[in-house]
Amino acid sequence: MRTTHKISLLIMVLIFAVGVMGCQPAKAGPVTIHVLTMDQAGLKPADIDQIARDFEALNPDIKVVMEYVGYDYVHDKIVTGMAAKPPAYDAAMIDVIWPDEFIKGGYMLDVTSRVTPEMKSGMFPAAWNGVTRNGKVYGMPWLMDVKYFMYNQDMLQQAGFDKPPATWEELVEQAKVIKEKGLAEYPVIWSWNQKEGVVCDFTVLLFGNGGAFLDASGKPVFNDEKGVQILTWMKQTLDDGLSNPSSVSSDEMAVDTDFLAGKSAFAVNWLFQYSDSNDATKSQIAGKAAFAPMPVFDAGAKAGVKGSSVDGSSSFAIMATTPNPDQVWKFLTYLASNDVQMKYSASMLPVWQTDFEGDTLAKLEAATPANPVTVPAFLAQFPFAYERPTVPYYNEASAALQLAIQEALTGVKPPQQALDEAAAKWVELAGK
Amino acid sequence: MAGNSRSLPTPRLSLRQQDARIAWLLLVPSLVVILGVTLWPIISTFFLSFFIAPTGLNQVRTFVGLGNYLEMLQSRIFWETIGRTLYFTVVSVGLELILGLAIAQLIHSHPWGWQFLRFCLIIPWAVPTIVNGAMWRWIYSADFGALNGLLMQLGLIKHYVPWLTLPYMAMNLVILADVWHMMPFVALILQAALATLPEELDEAAAVDGANAFQRFWQIRLPLLRPAILVALIARTVDAFRVFDIVYIITSSGPANKTLTITYLTYLNSFPWGKQGTGAALSFLISIFTIIMAFTYIRFLYRPEET
Amino acid sequence: MHYRKFLRRLFLFLLTLPVLFFIFFPILWLFSASLSNQIELYAVPPHWIPQHPTLQNYLDIIFPNLAASSVPRTFAVSLLNSFKIASAVTLICIVIGSLAAYALVRIPFKYNHSIQVAILGTRMIPEVSLIIPLFIIASSLQLINKPIVLIISYMSFALPYAIWMMAAFFQTVPIELEEAARLDGCTRLGILLRVVMPISLPGLTSTAMFVFLVAWDEFFYALIFTSTLAAKTVPVAIAEFVGRYTVNINGMMAGGILAALPPVLLGLIFQRYIVSGMTAGAVKG
Repeated sequence: MRTTHKISLLIMVLIFAVGVMGCQPAKAGPVTIHVLTMDQAGLKPADIDQIARDFEALNPDIKVVMEYVGYDYVHDKIVTGMAAKPPAYDAAMIDVIWPDEFIKGGYMLDVTSRVTPEMKSGMFPAAWNGVTRNGKVYGMPWLMDVKYFMYNQDMLQQAGFDKPPATWEELVEQAKVIKEKGLAEYPVIWSWNQKEGVVCDFTVLLFGNGGAFLDASGKPVFNDEKGVQILTWMKQTLDDGLSNPSSVSSDEMAVDTDFLAGKSAFAVNWLFQYSDSNDATKSQIAGKAAFAPMPVFDAGAKAGVKGSSVDGSSSFAIMATTPNPDQVWKFLTYLASNDVQMKYSASMLPVWQTDFEGDTLAKLEAATPANPVTVPAFLAQFPFAYERPTVPYYNEASAALQLAIQEALTGVKPPQQALDEAAAKWVELAGK
Repeated sequence: MAGNSRSLPTPRLSLRQQDARIAWLLLVPSLVVILGVTLWPIISTFFLSFFIAPTGLNQVRTFVGLGNYLEMLQSRIFWETIGRTLYFTVVSVGLELILGLAIAQLIHSHPWGWQFLRFCLIIPWAVPTIVNGAMWRWIYSADFGALNGLLMQLGLIKHYVPWLTLPYMAMNLVILADVWHMMPFVALILQAALATLPEELDEAAAVDGANAFQRFWQIRLPLLRPAILVALIARTVDAFRVFDIVYIITSSGPANKTLTITYLTYLNSFPWGKQGTGAALSFLISIFTIIMAFTYIRFLYRPEET
Repeated sequence: MHYRKFLRRLFLFLLTLPVLFFIFFPILWLFSASLSNQIELYAVPPHWIPQHPTLQNYLDIIFPNLAASSVPRTFAVSLLNSFKIASAVTLICIVIGSLAAYALVRIPFKYNHSIQVAILGTRMIPEVSLIIPLFIIASSLQLINKPIVLIISYMSFALPYAIWMMAAFFQTVPIELEEAARLDGCTRLGILLRVVMPISLPGLTSTAMFVFLVAWDEFFYALIFTSTLAAKTVPVAIAEFVGRYTVNINGMMAGGILAALPPVLLGLIFQRYIVSGMTAGAVKG
């Protein structure tokens, strides 16, 4: 009797768990494409929804289902969604640091043949960098962003400076004066917490010193004397009270709020910080923030480095498993099309460099009160945006580097040792 | 009352067999739900832990036997993280137990406004973990936080302190946030248990001359053992696997000082794409929690004290 | 004699004050932040009471059509979703869990111990690890973006705890009462419903609260399994207050207060059940 109970129970459990797994729904009707994108990135969801509806009106046989998630979770959603059968997404927004990992994972469709010469030459070459590997294109550029150097004009003037610093060494000098005059207790704020943001800042500083992550053969060199110099410099500014000690636990949002509260003279951040700074409901420094080219180090300038920033763009990729690549490409083309981009240029700068010339430039600058300032800043900084290493194991490598930087900044380990250990980890990862 | 069709054993089933049948009937719905949902995922994860399994489509899975387990057991980061997680677990559960017990007893003594106090206890527990994390992150904020503001106004510090950047403070701050959030659970369970204790034993002891402390320690506490066991196991298993609150307050920083073992598992399985390692870590975590749970049971489980 | 009693009561009351402070300091700060705008939030020294209090954060959530940003608009819906899901999970867990708990505690049979071990054992694996296989199953069953998938998942998390907690509370019911009921001719089920459950009501209520909050609070599964309004829950909605390029702490705090209200209100309603257990159904002598 008992055995029968056991067996029937087991059968019930198995049925419940495994029985219907093989079911596949039948597809019929218009083609539906599922697109995953980042919440609040450039365009608001309401805007993208509108673009999707406009597209559907022009293409009645295609239905677009958009999904929005916060940036922190896009990667997880892609990985989980693509594990399902059938995979949950036909297209997704990918951060500039993911293509190598996703290409290796087989997620991304090669779209080289679909890219028209017009697109190739019309859009910024740097925008294509983010989605091209070994000559093959894997996505459509969407949101270009770099880190900008912003400063509080008022504070600088009060400290007696009529120009923002051109080198990090100059910045230190200016910061000392600002601190002495009591204008800001900690004149500089950074996003050095244990997340990707610290690597972004590190990228800006590293290349600004003439350094690099990897050499020509792919071996890590960020632990050479140039890398150690900047890490030591970072720690020194903390010890000297020039960089806000809370930088070590701050992300880009915290940098934004600190700058907006008028507590720092200098803040390195993505573009959003500028428009935030002029929003009177959030900012106490409305009208006082200004852009300047990202400083470099003296040594970097001597080595010929003209500018340095980090690329933080996003693009749209077609998932390799989609049954409807043509329709997806059509939608992505529409999204990135000049008309659509210009229409929403108040929220997001277009990817077409042709929009930054002539009459269109004037129109672009007139789109929002901020654009006359942000557009030139973008044009000046974007050409110097460096990429983080394009390796498939980037996330884990970045984590090792984040740890190393944090260990050095908190004094747990000396910079050379910390960077050496991270470099060793990178070598280990490359070997697998 | 009629309806005692089972008062006489039927010829075919013995009392034991009847019992078993009833037991199964009562258990089947729960078992179907629990095992139905988790059996296959647990088995497939277990299976995965013996492979190197990169995330992605049509990826090659290499069988490595115990390779993933050995790699973890031989890695310094693993043991440091386990140590850190144990610290978190012991301190936060310990604090929750002590505070919970004290508050439960306080409520049980029915001071003025005890109903209000018990009602308010729910509030920290009811705040969603995400909000709790964001709120404490805010309180600990170096430049704007309430903690700095309060300490400054009380004259205890002269200068704002960047709390979350201090390597040896950060974990304690996360512990405080979690204790605040979860202590009400322990307090309420213990208070409910206290409320069901028979008062006669206590009164008899009072008549015999035992003071309040003796009555608490020697009479009530032993009777609370089942409830304490429940609270202890529930909180320990959850505390050992803490993830959400660390993710929000410190994202494992500074310098990994708040990296917990489930966080490490998450990092392996998701951002780093190493599902095999993540699976192995999950089972290692389970081993630890099982050992802890059964240690408690071994030391504290006394069926039916009369 | 009365004097000593009074002093004792006073002493106990004074002890409650630091406890109340510990509970309320962060909450009041949360509440104050929810009534401020961003500029006020970043004031140094902190404004314990906002100088320019505003209800805007709450209005944005309660009257979504007027909200400037889209995030608060979806909040009310997510509150409702969370409530439906958590209530369903709690109800089912208490019902089927109490049956299972009673069986494990009072009915001696051969596999009793192994089942207890198995049930508790499933809770040892971190949920993070099970999410991909579960997603694959849920997706093939076409359950993604439907509340039912979260209800089932949460049941699998909470049921082991619920069973095991209720078992502990059932154990404290004096066996004599059950035997007395048995002699009166009650079936096992009858004993459970008429004797055991009423007495262990405080414990059951605590268990129910625990299950409700487990379901209410869960984030990662809700995030991965749902993305549309149909099933989005409160923690996911709250997470949206912090985007990559925006942070709306005030809104998030207001959302937090609103998100804490339903469990607190439920706790208030069911408060009396925590006390009444002792008197219900007990037969003395």
